[in-house]
Amino acid sequence: MDVFVQQVVSGLATGGIYASLALALVMIYQATDVVNFSQGELAMFSTYLAWTMLNAGVPYWLAFFATLAIAFVGGVLIERVVIRPVEGAPILTIVIVTLGLLVIANSVAGWIWTYVQKPFPSPFPQTPLRVGRIYFGSHDMGEIAVTLVMLTLLFLFFRYTPLGLAMRAAAQNPVSSRLVGIRVGWMLALGWGLAATFGAVAGMMVAPILTLEPNMMGGIQIYAFAAATLGGFTSPVGAVVGGLLVGVIENLVGTYVWFIGTELKLTVALAMIIVVLLVKPSGLFGRAHVRRV
Amino acid sequence: MAILEVDGLEAYYGRTKALHGVSFSMEERGITTVLGANGAGKTTTLRAISAMVPTAGTIRLDGERIDGRAPEDIVGRGVAHVPEGRGTFVDLTVEENLRLGAWLRRRGVADDLQRVFGYFPILAERRRQMAGTLSGGEQQMLAIARALMLRPRLLLVDEPSLGLAPMLVKEIFRILRAINRDTGMSMLLVEQNAALALDLADHVFLLETGRVVLSGTSDVLQKNDAIRRSYLGY
Repeated sequence: MDVFVQQVVSGLATGGIYASLALALVMIYQATDVVNFSQGELAMFSTYLAWTMLNAGVPYWLAFFATLAIAFVGGVLIERVVIRPVEGAPILTIVIVTLGLLVIANSVAGWIWTYVQKPFPSPFPQTPLRVGRIYFGSHDMGEIAVTLVMLTLLFLFFRYTPLGLAMRAAAQNPVSSRLVGIRVGWMLALGWGLAATFGAVAGMMVAPILTLEPNMMGGIQIYAFAAATLGGFTSPVGAVVGGLLVGVIENLVGTYVWFIGTELKLTVALAMIIVVLLVKPSGLFGRAHVRRV
Repeated sequence: MAILEVDGLEAYYGRTKALHGVSFSMEERGITTVLGANGAGKTTTLRAISAMVPTAGTIRLDGERIDGRAPEDIVGRGVAHVPEGRGTFVDLTVEENLRLGAWLRRRGVADDLQRVFGYFPILAERRRQMAGTLSGGEQQMLAIARALMLRPRLLLVDEPSLGLAPMLVKEIFRILRAINRDTGMSMLLVEQNAALALDLADHVFLLETGRVVLSGTSDVLQKNDAIRRSYLGY
């Protein structure tokens, strides 16, 4: 029982990371119908920026928030400079562009920082938290807290601010949005900025566990795809629930199914993607894709 | 004084020319109706004014050229457009739809909500409901109400009667007339229901295949034989 609770909590912690990245994917997908394959690599790149600042002696939380700010601006710029010109292009073109971004981010990171693994610090204490007879990793608990704070802020932003409302409107109905004077292009760019910010949080939270290297986010990106597929690519709530579920399922299966262990965990994520797509393609919370023509 | 002057307006869908030099002008505080058969270019005329289709020719608002600008800029100059098919945000609440109407103005939104609810009390009852759950008539009211939230100088309305029961259509026309009387808001209306449109408007022009073929005050056109036969049916 203790092992079970421990595994669930640590599953929720990694699930929070998948949820953040899945949410980033879903936000961009909803606004622009584009699956951003480079989301994970951009997050990895942001994490390297944080590492560089930390290495130069910048205090952790200052480096953390500075990285978020840079990631936001970077996300906005990428949308304006790279995605904007292919906006009306066939979907395949845009997919190739985001795949191109993936390769570029990966190899530029390797070129600047090399492929040697680098330790990345956790801002949370080393000592585990004890509740009764069960020990929880402090980094796990910290991760959960960071994810919760981020999701709450995001919810408040979209629900209660005029800008959040305008962004939702622009994602739903660009034509009507322009007719009320919303600059839809900028709303999409802001969406990319926010998505890049979440990605950066996910990267900085996962780096202490995986250690930092250019391919760090490859697996995470697949889990995030599994999370978004499970929850439904059209539902932000689904992305979060999907992320947490994938995190927990991954841990439990790795612990209790003897032949899977840590080696085959990633296969579990891929199997989940396939099963969801076969059984319920719109995911748990998503809506069937109906397009007016 | 003319609030809107359109001269030699052409509009394109891809390579297809939909308007072939439309010219007309609208008096401030007036209501003008565009009549015409399907495909005559009525909707396109409104879309051209809102810069939603590529155009040639000149469009002047208060004597200043607004052609060749982005739709957001036209809205910013006080031209609100109630589009064909209403264009409400179906997954947002009624109140959120209305707040979006006031996106370009940050002040006095609460007062304007009350003012708009005064014209459309049903929307006040439904304010927390998703716009997609409203009936067709309520959605049309919401679309007009959202446009009013801009406090526009010129309101473009595209076929408010489409798909609605006659009673509702009368109600909507009554409200449009009341708004025009209370606020002096100029209105350019596209309408298939010629009898109602002639009744509401002070000026009318008739489009045929992308050209203005007839225009004048509604009193005069109501007596015009061609109009009577083709659009009023007596």
